[in-house]
Amino acid sequence: MSNTMSLNELTLSEARDKLRAKEITATELTEACLSAIEAGNDALKAYLVVTADKALEQAKRSDERLAKTSKDARALEGIPLGIKDLFCTDGIRTTAGSHILGNFEPPYESTVTQNLWDAGAVMLGKLNMDEFAMGSSTETSYYGQTVNPWRAKGSTENLVPGGSSGGSSSAVAAGLCMAATASDTGGSIRQPAAFTGTVGIKPTYGRCSRYGMVAFASSLDQAGPITRSIKDAALMLQAMASYDLKDSTSVDRPLPDLEKALTQKFKGLRIGVPKEYRVDGMSKEIEALWEKGIDIYRQAGAEIVDISLPHTHAALPAYYIVAPAEASSNLARYDGVRYGLRENGRDIVDMYEETRSHGFGAEVKRRILIGTYVLSAGYYDAYYLKAQKVRSLIKRDFDDAFETVDVVLTPTTPTPAFGLGSKKDADPVEMYLNDIFTVTVNMAGLPGLSVPGGLSAEGLPLGLQLIGKPFDEATVLRAGQVIEDAVGRMPIPDAWWAGAASKPAGKAKKKVEAADAPEKKAKRKK
Amino acid sequence: MADTRKENLIDGATGPWEVIVGMEVHAQVLSNAKLFSGASAAFGGEPNSHVSLVDAAMPGMLPVINVECVKQAIRTGLGLKAQINRRSVFDRKNYFYPDLPQGYQISQFKFPIVGEGIVTVDLKDYSFDVGIERLHLEQDAGKSLHDQDPDHSYVDLNRSGVALMEIVSKPDIRSSEEAKAYITKLRTILRYLGTCDGNMEEGSLRADVNVSVRKQGAPLGTRCEIKNVNSIRFIGQAIEYEARRQIDVIEDGGTIKQETRLFDAKSGKTRSMRSKEEAHDYRYFPDPDLLPLEVSEAFVEDLKTVLPELPDEKRARFMSDYALSAYDAGVLISDRASADFYEAVARGRDPKLAANWMMGDFFAALNKTGKDITESPISAAQLGELIDLISSDVVSGRIAKEVFEIMLEKGGMPGEIVEERGLKQVTDTGAIEKVVDEIIAANPKQVEQVQTKPKTLGWFVGQVMRATGGKANPDAVNALLRQKLQVPEEV
Repeated sequence: MSNTMSLNELTLSEARDKLRAKEITATELTEACLSAIEAGNDALKAYLVVTADKALEQAKRSDERLAKTSKDARALEGIPLGIKDLFCTDGIRTTAGSHILGNFEPPYESTVTQNLWDAGAVMLGKLNMDEFAMGSSTETSYYGQTVNPWRAKGSTENLVPGGSSGGSSSAVAAGLCMAATASDTGGSIRQPAAFTGTVGIKPTYGRCSRYGMVAFASSLDQAGPITRSIKDAALMLQAMASYDLKDSTSVDRPLPDLEKALTQKFKGLRIGVPKEYRVDGMSKEIEALWEKGIDIYRQAGAEIVDISLPHTHAALPAYYIVAPAEASSNLARYDGVRYGLRENGRDIVDMYEETRSHGFGAEVKRRILIGTYVLSAGYYDAYYLKAQKVRSLIKRDFDDAFETVDVVLTPTTPTPAFGLGSKKDADPVEMYLNDIFTVTVNMAGLPGLSVPGGLSAEGLPLGLQLIGKPFDEATVLRAGQVIEDAVGRMPIPDAWWAGAASKPAGKAKKKVEAADAPEKKAKRKK
Repeated sequence: MADTRKENLIDGATGPWEVIVGMEVHAQVLSNAKLFSGASAAFGGEPNSHVSLVDAAMPGMLPVINVECVKQAIRTGLGLKAQINRRSVFDRKNYFYPDLPQGYQISQFKFPIVGEGIVTVDLKDYSFDVGIERLHLEQDAGKSLHDQDPDHSYVDLNRSGVALMEIVSKPDIRSSEEAKAYITKLRTILRYLGTCDGNMEEGSLRADVNVSVRKQGAPLGTRCEIKNVNSIRFIGQAIEYEARRQIDVIEDGGTIKQETRLFDAKSGKTRSMRSKEEAHDYRYFPDPDLLPLEVSEAFVEDLKTVLPELPDEKRARFMSDYALSAYDAGVLISDRASADFYEAVARGRDPKLAANWMMGDFFAALNKTGKDITESPISAAQLGELIDLISSDVVSGRIAKEVFEIMLEKGGMPGEIVEERGLKQVTDTGAIEKVVDEIIAANPKQVEQVQTKPKTLGWFVGQVMRATGGKANPDAVNALLRQKLQVPEEV
């Protein structure tokens, strides 16, 4: 890695500090991101829509504020962000990765994105995702496959960026934005973060409003950020979260100052290690990663506690009942009547069938079918009701565990990123197994974080997952900071993707001194 | 449940049949906004002018409960003397239809907001109770318009998301008359509570009617559900037709298939809409966008304390305070405006006289002018003063009717009308005696007849009244005639 870097490669918090110190301008920062997008998006396919004009306009206004007193600068003043295409954005095409939404342009803004604009953030564009957030590789998107900026050592094989928030993880990992919004129904923030060496946090269910987020499974969906550092995740979540009267499931519970929480002392925290997560066939590498995490905490003065979460094995099957059930109903509104795609038919039923047959991809159809089946008369009790009971048991497992520990530590995924298309002909269940460590957290509604824990033998990033008590994101992030301090932030990989694309004309890129990771490590040891 | 009254049995070729009816009434909640969105719930309006992003089921839009609709449902539950469930759950009822934007209706399936209650219904000769099974809140659908264009259908979402209360009765109704009386009573209760305007023409009250027939004492027969009947008269006709149809089918050796039927108002017949086999599987499940609805005891108590007096209580009070018969009291309380009007007239006056006037000339006048009591051409003050004039013998009943007609046509207070037109009753016995004497003298034949037929005294009364232009006090005339013609007082 070179010792100079483009502005877009700063962390969000570094950029914020430089903006406030007037070392850089929002316009320069935004232009750096737009240049990076221009150079890399052809290869990475992270963005579906780039809103360059809007971004530069917003940046200009941020610069006006930043030019005044620091009081005028809001929390994310002038910070350019990528937005997962699941969030409705006023007047900007929103597809949720599906053909059925066609060229839908919402006449409204989601609460999460509105909160970000109100905090002064700049919008770069909309990021690719698995269709309706159903997938773990972003390969189910109707609009093409996003590529992971990471490659195995000495390989040119394209890898998946994880999913469903693969556009977000790829863009953040490659420096095509300072941070991105994402959403997580069964692991869609944490798994892509683990695959791309980024940080992803899914907050407690109810922390972020779901108003204006295209729904997948309402009782599990939760927004959160993907960022390049723990501190960035804290800053993003602080701005995204809010109690919202427009979402009946949002919770009126003040969020503490998360940035401040990161500096609080860590010693004495109890870290739980659940035995049930040592699943059959877990790779030595992942096992070693987990041990490394445990060791980092032990050295940092934490108490390591062996715990049991006895219903873990039932989480994935139960999840694949609850989530499709809700999805089958949530996706009924895409009927060709009012907006999005319409394929004409002989009569209304024919129109429905044509529109939904052409508009939905195979994975979405599969889940609609599963969901419709498990809710049908005669099957409801055996599947849906039973799955809800399992859900209560999983929740209770965690409640019991949190009597003796403050945070639970597990790997985020059973494997590192896999090759694009490599699971094309595999049993869908193999893809579902990606979520095995993450779905429990959604089922229990808890906050969950993925933080880079190191590299695999092939040189690919691996993630560690931290699970916290309800509404205790502060402790989860503080625990995450311990790992980040020990391991160091993952670098932005060498930009193989920019090689092929033409270099942006005009504007010279402003270079700044890179933050030195080893130096940071040294600081912690003081 | 008491045995079915004989007059309610239907004669068939094989003997008498009993008809069993239960009703699911959909009552539109009176509220400014819809159940889960801020859009107006007003009737009418240009198509799609009362539609929010939530009503149109735009992506990412979420329902938020309108607390006023919850209050209205609880008030209604209290009015039906029903169990109020402190915890209820909204479910999704899934089906595809162009006027159902979400692809599901938000309703309450397993845990409704109101549980069992009771409605007492009065017919002319008897009263009966109809058990209420439950009341739940749900969204109305929009409307498909098929007559706007030869090739396309249109959808109007103004009604989409408007709050409805579905009030489900037990199968306690035994005739079309009872069914009509039940829905009339239910409507009265809803209107008293101000929770539904009960306007059937605008569709704010409509009923699904479940009908089955059986021989007395036999187990319940298979029922057919007649959907969306929207007038009281049609409810009666639909039941009459459907019961007869079922009896004919069974007596011809057939069996009744459980099905949904439609009532055609033009032909007065019901016809099959879909069979049980074709019925939707609605895949009900709790709506994950909404938390279970929990109401505190204090919340319910607060609503209870400000609940208006209900029809049954008002009737009982009218019977005790005003000594009215059950029937009269029932007529007067049938809507709140009439009851209020009556009380304004009767207060401090002869309540029976006030009741007779209201139920007689006054209601007849409203009927004739086609006006509602709230827009009555005669005020309670006017009618009250007229009754005062009668009670204080200033005018006779006959003259009072005349004054009433003048009021109706030209307005004015009765006292002034009587004064201006010289309609004051003559109570001066001297003046009356003079007329009496003249009439006796002029009619010797009738004088002779009255000695053997005392009932013909009435003829003399009529003559005197005519001669005095109706102003003579009828009691004084009677007394004088009896004295002069020596007809004894009737015992």
